[in-house]
Amino acid sequence: MAIPLQYNLRNLLVRRTATLMTAGGIALVVAILVLTLALASGFRQALVVTGSPDNVIITRSGSNSEVLSGMNRETARIIESMPEVARLANGQAFAAAEIVVVTNLPRRNDPVGSSNVTVRGADARALLLRPMVRLVAGRLYHLGVPEVIVGRPLSQRFAGCGLGETVRFGSREWKVVGVFEADGSGFESEIWGDGEILGPAFNRVGYSSLTLRLADPSSGLESLVKRVEADPRLHIDARHEDDYYRAQSEMLANVIRALGFFLVAIMAVGAVFGALNTMYAAVGARAKEIGTMLALGFRPQSILLSFLIESVLLCLVGGVLGCLLALPIHGVTTGTTNWSSFSEVAFKFRITPGILLTGLLASIVLGIIGGYFPARNAARRTVAEALRES
Amino acid sequence: MTGPIIRLEGVTKVYRRGSVDVPVLQRLDLEVARGEFLALMGPSGSGKSTILNLVSGIDTPTDGRVIVAGIDLGDLDASALAEFRSRHIGFIFQSYNLIPVLTAYQNVELPLLLTDLTRKERREHVLAAMAVVALTDRLDHYPRQLSGGQEQRVAIARAIVTDPTLFVADEPTGDLDAQSATEVLHLLQRLHTEFGKSIVMVTHDPHAAERADRILHLEKGVLVESVERKRP
Ligand SMILES: Nc1ncnc2c1ncn2[C@@H]1O[C@H](COP(=O)(O)OP(=O)(O)OP(=O)(O)O)[C@@H](O)[C@H]1O
Ligand SMILES: [Mg+2]
Repeated sequence: MAIPLQYNLRNLLVRRTATLMTAGGIALVVAILVLTLALASGFRQALVVTGSPDNVIITRSGSNSEVLSGMNRETARIIESMPEVARLANGQAFAAAEIVVVTNLPRRNDPVGSSNVTVRGADARALLLRPMVRLVAGRLYHLGVPEVIVGRPLSQRFAGCGLGETVRFGSREWKVVGVFEADGSGFESEIWGDGEILGPAFNRVGYSSLTLRLADPSSGLESLVKRVEADPRLHIDARHEDDYYRAQSEMLANVIRALGFFLVAIMAVGAVFGALNTMYAAVGARAKEIGTMLALGFRPQSILLSFLIESVLLCLVGGVLGCLLALPIHGVTTGTTNWSSFSEVAFKFRITPGILLTGLLASIVLGIIGGYFPARNAARRTVAEALRES
Repeated sequence: MTGPIIRLEGVTKVYRRGSVDVPVLQRLDLEVARGEFLALMGPSGSGKSTILNLVSGIDTPTDGRVIVAGIDLGDLDASALAEFRSRHIGFIFQSYNLIPVLTAYQNVELPLLLTDLTRKERREHVLAAMAVVALTDRLDHYPRQLSGGQEQRVAIARAIVTDPTLFVADEPTGDLDAQSATEVLHLLQRLHTEFGKSIVMVTHDPHAAERADRILHLEKGVLVESVERKRP
């Protein structure tokens, strides 16, 4: 039978300073790990919820981003007329051809800072296609006039983007008449206006992309793609909107994770040395106890397990502290340039139960790594040796 | 079972310190009868603790045979030796060797965790052992909250709780004041007379040795004098 857990718990409690110092090191590692994952997850989430699986987004063949895509009015008209496209009550195609451009805007509270922002020229159907887009202040832009609505995080981060303010881009001024939210999705980082005004302002003829609602979400895309392939006039890619945004998020999410893991790995080495040191000290200070337990008949494996468990408990304390440390960041808004669209995306740190579990698991792994050699050292002594050291 | 509780046949123990051989015991023969209380005396470094270690299965001889309770310890591997110790040997150390972070109760319960007794049965055993050493009012005390004498009595409770065949005590009164030493010796004597236990005790104190049936003097690893006091 194993050495009681209480033996380890009491020992951790008795030398609480060493316990807290070591756990503190682990806590930092776990906190950084959790934040990294929360960053990547928040970013991904923002982009993924942007897309709906019922919508299909059409871009020029080979262009992986709306911003780099372009299509003429004829192409848009051909696709809109396809039978896979759902119809509105008035018989119009349930689709929106949009102009998507990137412009550079000055940041609020930072006269020299500026960042790229996505501007979308959309008509009323764009809103029907994305029901999560809701005005929270002001009104919708009127067609035919230089008015825009902006995503809420954007309105706070960029100069001239507040409700009632005027923002200058595309060689003219635009009045901000409304502020919208979109469930934290990537649309919140966009400026929307009438495509018929925005296009000329950016010297764009035609559209960037076409988004359409499928009449039959399950098999619609397949038959649409077949129809497109059979039509020699069309050189386009069609994807489910959520797949499109998932792909958009992939590269940056991976980079965030890679950089984060690099940092975490470096810090983890330090923290593991802390745990090793503490556990070696514990084993050294308890040589007589180890000898006594061996003499009483406890097996070396039990001793090994006991010290391993103690190390894991020690690091788990750090894991819990690290999670608690990171938790307040949940929901905090941050922004980064999405490398796929070259423009800034605002999103929230997103700490999920899975991420917390990953953090705790990481602390357990660190505990095993940091505890193994000291524990083996403890278990390898002969009884007589261990008893003599005191 | 009959026969001696301990039988050493031509036991030699040589420690290696680096490249130097340190011979401690040379072809030692010894027999301890069942129920006997033996005191081992001798100068420091003469090999007293070495004998106890061999007899209790925490060390192995370089040569010769060690037979305890009819078991030839040379036949046992490390795991079987651990099992042997938990079943047959009650250890009493000079510096008590209680686990500081466990209460008196938990310390005494510790060796029972190696048995398949239920929690309730373990509790009964612990309480009985603590009653023998008259410390039932100190169950929840940690070692540092006890006097040296009380610590040693808890250690004795830990030794008796598994009802072992043989007690080995290495200078059990070495760290104690006269009063506590007398209490501890009295306890050992009771184990011997009341419970008929076999005891091997190493001591430097002639008064302590007098409690034993037989006193054995060890000089540089050789048995030089054996005083027969009384035989039960
Ligand atoms: N593990 C070991 N490695 C090397 N030498 C050892 C070892 N254990 C004991 N010795 C040596 O063996 C000799 C006998 O040691 P032992 O501990 O049996 O003596 P002792 O009679 O118990 O002495 P004391 O009265 O001081 O406790 C000593 O010279 C000691 O240094
Ligand atoms: Mg000794």
